[in-house]
Amino acid sequence: MAATVKYDEVEAGQEIPAVEYQVRRVDLVRYAGASGDFNPIHWNERYAKAVGLPDVIAHGMYTMAQGGRFVTDWAGDPGAVVEYGVRFSSMVVVPDDDNGATIRISGVVEEKREDKRVVVALTAKSGDSRVLSKARAVVQLA
Amino acid sequence: MPLNRDFVGRTYESSAPYEVSRVKISEFATAIGDSNPIYHDRQAAVAAGHPDVVAPPTFPIVFSLLGTGDALGDPDLGLNFAMVVHGEQRFEYERPIHAGDELVCTSTIAEIRSVGRNEFLTLRSDVSTTSGELVCRTYNVIVERGGAA
Repeated sequence: MAATVKYDEVEAGQEIPAVEYQVRRVDLVRYAGASGDFNPIHWNERYAKAVGLPDVIAHGMYTMAQGGRFVTDWAGDPGAVVEYGVRFSSMVVVPDDDNGATIRISGVVEEKREDKRVVVALTAKSGDSRVLSKARAVVQLA
Repeated sequence: MPLNRDFVGRTYESSAPYEVSRVKISEFATAIGDSNPIYHDRQAAVAAGHPDVVAPPTFPIVFSLLGTGDALGDPDLGLNFAMVVHGEQRFEYERPIHAGDELVCTSTIAEIRSVGRNEFLTLRSDVSTTSGELVCRTYNVIVERGGAA
Protein backbone atom coordinates (compact mmCIF):
# COMPACT_ATOMS: atom_id res chain seq x y z
CA MET A 1 0.00 0.00 0.00
CA ALA A 2 2.26 2.64 -1.27
CA ALA A 3 1.85 5.63 -3.49
CA THR A 4 3.81 5.60 -6.72
CA VAL A 5 4.43 9.35 -6.53
CA LYS A 6 7.62 10.21 -4.62
CA TYR A 7 7.54 12.95 -2.03
CA ASP A 8 10.96 14.22 -3.04
CA GLU A 9 9.86 14.66 -6.64
CA VAL A 10 6.84 16.81 -5.77
CA GLU A 11 6.99 20.57 -5.26
CA ALA A 12 4.49 22.80 -3.51
CA GLY A 13 2.52 24.61 -6.20
CA GLN A 14 2.80 21.73 -8.64
CA GLU A 15 -0.32 21.35 -10.73
CA ILE A 16 -2.09 18.08 -11.41
CA PRO A 17 -3.65 18.17 -14.89
CA ALA A 18 -7.43 18.37 -15.16
CA VAL A 19 -9.56 15.32 -15.89
CA GLU A 20 -13.16 15.42 -17.09
CA TYR A 21 -15.74 12.99 -15.74
CA GLN A 22 -19.07 12.53 -17.47
CA VAL A 23 -22.19 11.99 -15.37
CA ARG A 24 -25.45 10.86 -16.97
CA ARG A 25 -28.76 9.89 -15.45
CA VAL A 26 -27.87 6.20 -15.61
CA ASP A 27 -24.75 6.89 -13.55
CA LEU A 28 -26.88 8.46 -10.82
CA VAL A 29 -29.27 5.51 -10.82
CA ARG A 30 -26.31 3.15 -10.51
CA TYR A 31 -24.80 5.26 -7.73
CA ALA A 32 -28.12 5.37 -5.89
CA GLY A 33 -28.23 1.59 -5.91
CA ALA A 34 -24.61 1.12 -4.84
CA SER A 35 -24.66 3.78 -2.12
CA GLY A 36 -28.20 3.29 -0.82
CA ASP A 37 -29.03 6.99 -1.30
CA PHE A 38 -32.36 6.92 -3.14
CA ASN A 39 -33.31 10.56 -2.58
CA PRO A 40 -35.58 11.20 -5.62
CA ILE A 41 -33.90 14.55 -6.39
CA HIS A 42 -31.11 12.39 -7.90
CA TRP A 43 -33.27 10.47 -10.36
CA ASN A 44 -36.80 11.90 -10.55
CA GLU A 45 -37.12 15.13 -12.54
CA ARG A 46 -40.74 15.67 -11.50
CA TYR A 47 -39.82 15.48 -7.80
CA ALA A 48 -36.67 17.59 -8.21
CA LYS A 49 -38.62 20.41 -9.87
CA ALA A 50 -41.40 20.19 -7.29
CA VAL A 51 -38.90 20.97 -4.50
CA GLY A 52 -37.49 23.93 -6.39
CA LEU A 53 -34.48 22.45 -8.16
CA PRO A 54 -33.77 23.20 -11.84
CA ASP A 55 -33.63 19.49 -12.75
CA VAL A 56 -32.23 16.22 -11.40
CA ILE A 57 -28.93 16.88 -9.59
CA ALA A 58 -26.02 14.55 -8.93
CA HIS A 59 -25.42 13.18 -5.45
CA GLY A 60 -22.81 15.38 -3.76
CA MET A 61 -21.09 12.14 -2.82
CA TYR A 62 -20.91 11.17 -6.50
CA THR A 63 -18.96 14.36 -7.22
CA MET A 64 -16.83 13.80 -4.13
CA ALA A 65 -16.11 10.26 -5.37
CA GLN A 66 -14.83 11.66 -8.68
CA GLY A 67 -12.48 13.90 -6.70
CA GLY A 68 -11.34 10.83 -4.79
CA ARG A 69 -10.74 9.03 -8.06
CA PHE A 70 -8.70 11.98 -9.32
CA VAL A 71 -6.48 11.86 -6.22
CA THR A 72 -6.04 8.08 -6.09
CA ASP A 73 -5.25 7.91 -9.82
CA TRP A 74 -2.58 10.55 -9.27
CA ALA A 75 -1.15 8.98 -6.09
CA GLY A 76 -1.21 5.46 -7.50
CA ASP A 77 -2.84 3.76 -4.53
CA PRO A 78 -6.18 4.37 -2.76
CA GLY A 79 -4.51 3.47 0.53
CA ALA A 80 -2.31 6.55 0.27
CA VAL A 81 -5.20 8.92 1.05
CA VAL A 82 -5.15 9.65 4.78
CA GLU A 83 -7.72 12.44 4.84
CA TYR A 84 -10.26 13.77 2.35
CA GLY A 85 -12.85 16.48 2.85
CA VAL A 86 -15.06 18.74 0.73
CA ARG A 87 -17.78 21.34 0.98
CA PHE A 88 -20.62 21.05 -1.52
CA SER A 89 -20.84 24.57 -2.90
CA SER A 90 -23.04 24.18 -5.96
CA MET A 91 -25.21 21.59 -7.70
CA VAL A 92 -24.28 19.41 -10.65
CA VAL A 93 -27.42 19.55 -12.80
CA VAL A 94 -27.80 16.42 -14.93
CA PRO A 95 -30.11 16.78 -17.95
CA ASP A 96 -31.97 13.82 -19.43
CA ASP A 97 -29.86 13.38 -22.56
CA ASP A 98 -27.02 11.15 -23.77
CA ASN A 99 -24.26 13.48 -22.56
CA GLY A 100 -25.49 14.43 -19.10
CA ALA A 101 -23.13 16.80 -17.29
CA THR A 102 -19.36 17.13 -17.11
CA ILE A 103 -17.38 17.46 -13.90
CA ARG A 104 -13.92 18.88 -14.53
CA ILE A 105 -11.45 18.30 -11.73
CA SER A 106 -7.95 19.70 -11.40
CA GLY A 107 -5.53 19.81 -8.51
CA VAL A 108 -2.52 21.52 -7.05
CA VAL A 109 -0.07 20.37 -4.42
CA GLU A 110 -0.82 23.04 -1.88
CA GLU A 111 1.58 22.09 0.88
CA LYS A 112 4.32 19.62 1.73
CA ARG A 113 4.08 18.32 5.29
CA GLU A 114 6.15 16.13 7.59
CA ASP A 115 6.24 12.35 7.19
CA LYS A 116 6.15 12.52 3.37
CA ARG A 117 2.60 13.81 3.35
CA VAL A 118 1.23 16.43 0.97
CA VAL A 119 -2.00 18.41 0.84
CA VAL A 120 -3.70 18.35 -2.55
CA ALA A 121 -6.28 21.08 -3.20
CA LEU A 122 -8.94 20.19 -5.75
CA THR A 123 -10.99 22.39 -8.04
CA ALA A 124 -14.20 20.81 -9.34
CA LYS A 125 -16.35 22.60 -11.88
CA SER A 126 -19.48 21.79 -13.81
CA GLY A 127 -20.04 24.39 -16.50
CA ASP A 128 -19.11 27.69 -14.87
CA SER A 129 -20.01 26.58 -11.33
CA ARG A 130 -17.54 25.50 -8.70
CA VAL A 131 -19.30 22.43 -7.35
CA LEU A 132 -16.84 21.71 -4.53
CA SER A 133 -15.08 24.17 -2.26
CA LYS A 134 -12.50 23.58 0.45
CA ALA A 135 -11.75 20.27 -1.27
CA ARG A 136 -8.54 18.91 0.21
CA ALA A 137 -6.89 15.52 0.38
CA VAL A 138 -3.91 14.63 2.53
CA VAL A 139 -1.86 12.00 0.72
CA GLN A 140 0.96 9.81 1.99
CA LEU A 141 3.62 9.72 -0.72
CA ALA A 142 6.52 7.33 -1.20
CA MET B 1 -38.30 25.33 12.59
CA PRO B 2 -34.97 25.41 14.45
CA LEU B 3 -33.52 22.02 15.30
CA ASN B 4 -33.68 20.87 18.90
CA ARG B 5 -30.28 21.65 20.48
CA ASP B 6 -30.93 19.02 23.19
CA PHE B 7 -29.77 16.46 20.62
CA VAL B 8 -26.19 17.80 20.61
CA GLY B 9 -23.90 15.22 22.20
CA ARG B 10 -26.25 12.29 21.70
CA THR B 11 -24.57 9.14 20.47
CA TYR B 12 -25.96 6.29 18.38
CA GLU B 13 -24.51 2.84 17.71
CA SER B 14 -24.99 0.78 14.55
CA SER B 15 -27.31 -2.10 15.36
CA ALA B 16 -25.17 -4.80 13.74
CA PRO B 17 -21.64 -4.94 12.28
CA TYR B 18 -21.30 -4.02 8.61
CA GLU B 19 -19.49 -6.79 6.72
CA VAL B 20 -17.35 -5.38 3.91
CA SER B 21 -17.42 -7.72 0.92
CA ARG B 22 -15.41 -7.85 -2.31
CA VAL B 23 -18.63 -7.79 -4.29
CA LYS B 24 -19.86 -4.60 -2.58
CA ILE B 25 -16.53 -2.81 -3.01
CA SER B 26 -16.48 -3.74 -6.70
CA GLU B 27 -20.12 -2.65 -7.12
CA PHE B 28 -19.43 0.70 -5.46
CA ALA B 29 -16.24 1.28 -7.50
CA THR B 30 -18.13 0.47 -10.70
CA ALA B 31 -20.85 2.93 -9.71
CA ILE B 32 -18.31 5.75 -9.37
CA GLY B 33 -16.75 4.73 -12.71
CA ASP B 34 -13.47 3.57 -11.21
CA SER B 35 -11.86 0.51 -12.81
CA ASN B 36 -8.72 0.53 -10.63
CA PRO B 37 -7.91 -3.20 -10.22
CA ILE B 38 -7.15 -2.66 -6.51
CA TYR B 39 -10.95 -2.32 -6.08
CA HIS B 40 -11.92 -5.28 -8.26
CA ASP B 41 -9.19 -7.90 -8.22
CA ARG B 42 -7.86 -9.47 -5.04
CA GLN B 43 -4.56 -10.43 -6.64
CA ALA B 44 -3.95 -6.87 -7.82
CA ALA B 45 -4.71 -5.58 -4.33
CA VAL B 46 -2.37 -8.12 -2.71
CA ALA B 47 0.33 -7.25 -5.23
CA ALA B 48 -0.03 -3.61 -4.10
CA GLY B 49 0.49 -4.68 -0.48
CA HIS B 50 -3.12 -4.88 0.73
CA PRO B 51 -4.65 -7.90 2.48
CA ASP B 52 -7.60 -7.91 0.05
CA VAL B 53 -9.42 -5.48 -2.25
CA VAL B 54 -9.66 -2.07 -0.62
CA ALA B 55 -12.55 0.37 -0.63
CA PRO B 56 -12.52 3.72 -2.45
CA PRO B 57 -12.08 6.74 -0.13
CA THR B 58 -15.77 7.67 -0.08
CA PHE B 59 -17.01 4.10 0.53
CA PRO B 60 -17.74 4.64 4.28
CA ILE B 61 -20.77 6.72 3.24
CA VAL B 62 -22.47 3.38 2.45
CA PHE B 63 -22.67 2.34 6.09
CA SER B 64 -21.40 5.09 8.40
CA LEU B 65 -24.83 6.64 8.98
CA LEU B 66 -26.88 3.48 9.26
CA GLY B 67 -27.24 3.93 13.01
CA THR B 68 -28.45 7.53 12.80
CA GLY B 69 -31.62 7.13 10.75
CA ASP B 70 -33.87 6.86 13.79
CA ALA B 71 -32.22 9.87 15.42
CA LEU B 72 -32.55 12.11 12.37
CA GLY B 73 -36.14 10.97 11.90
CA ASP B 74 -37.06 11.63 15.54
CA PRO B 75 -39.91 14.19 15.48
CA ASP B 76 -38.40 15.85 18.58
CA LEU B 77 -35.34 16.84 16.52
CA GLY B 78 -37.56 18.70 14.05
CA LEU B 79 -35.65 17.93 10.86
CA ASN B 80 -37.61 18.40 7.61
CA PHE B 81 -36.01 15.87 5.26
CA ALA B 82 -37.50 17.47 2.14
CA MET B 83 -35.31 20.52 2.76
CA VAL B 84 -32.09 18.67 3.56
CA VAL B 85 -28.99 18.94 1.40
CA HIS B 86 -25.49 17.63 2.00
CA GLY B 87 -23.26 20.50 3.11
CA GLU B 88 -19.85 19.02 3.86
CA GLN B 89 -18.20 15.64 4.13
CA ARG B 90 -14.81 14.67 5.48
CA PHE B 91 -13.04 11.37 6.14
CA GLU B 92 -9.96 10.73 8.26
CA TYR B 93 -8.48 7.29 7.64
CA GLU B 94 -6.37 5.27 10.03
CA ARG B 95 -5.94 2.60 7.35
CA PRO B 96 -7.74 1.56 4.15
CA ILE B 97 -10.95 -0.42 4.58
CA HIS B 98 -10.68 -3.82 2.92
CA ALA B 99 -12.88 -6.78 2.14
CA GLY B 100 -13.36 -8.92 5.22
CA ASP B 101 -13.58 -6.01 7.64
CA GLU B 102 -16.48 -6.15 10.08
CA LEU B 103 -17.18 -2.58 11.08
CA VAL B 104 -19.25 -0.87 13.72
CA CYS B 105 -20.07 2.83 13.85
CA THR B 106 -20.59 5.14 16.77
CA SER B 107 -22.22 8.34 15.58
CA THR B 108 -22.49 11.53 17.59
CA ILE B 109 -24.45 14.69 16.86
CA ALA B 110 -21.43 16.92 17.32
CA GLU B 111 -22.94 20.33 16.60
CA ILE B 112 -26.11 22.13 15.55
CA ARG B 113 -25.80 25.75 14.44
CA SER B 114 -27.68 28.34 12.43
CA VAL B 115 -26.08 30.06 9.45
CA GLY B 116 -28.37 32.67 7.99
CA ARG B 117 -31.71 31.01 7.31
CA ASN B 118 -30.26 27.50 7.39
CA GLU B 119 -29.66 24.93 10.10
CA PHE B 120 -26.36 22.99 10.04
CA LEU B 121 -26.07 19.64 11.82
CA THR B 122 -22.70 17.90 12.14
CA LEU B 123 -22.58 14.14 12.62
CA ARG B 124 -19.31 12.51 13.57
CA SER B 125 -18.98 8.76 13.14
CA ASP B 126 -16.15 6.66 14.51
CA VAL B 127 -15.77 3.51 12.41
CA SER B 128 -14.03 0.62 14.16
CA THR B 129 -13.59 -3.08 13.66
CA THR B 130 -15.56 -5.43 15.90
CA SER B 131 -12.30 -5.99 17.80
CA GLY B 132 -12.06 -2.28 18.57
CA GLU B 133 -9.49 -1.03 16.05
CA LEU B 134 -10.36 2.50 14.86
CA VAL B 135 -10.41 2.47 11.04
CA CYS B 136 -11.73 5.91 10.17
CA ARG B 137 -13.65 8.92 11.36
CA THR B 138 -16.28 10.59 9.21
CA TYR B 139 -17.74 14.07 9.54
CA ASN B 140 -21.02 14.77 7.79
CA VAL B 141 -22.67 18.19 7.74
CA ILE B 142 -26.26 18.24 6.62
CA VAL B 143 -28.05 21.49 5.90
CA GLU B 144 -31.74 22.06 6.42
CA ARG B 145 -32.63 24.86 4.02
CA GLY B 146 -34.77 27.53 5.63
CA GLY B 147 -34.80 25.70 8.97
CA ALA B 148 -33.61 28.70 10.97
CA ALA B 149 -35.99 31.16 9.34
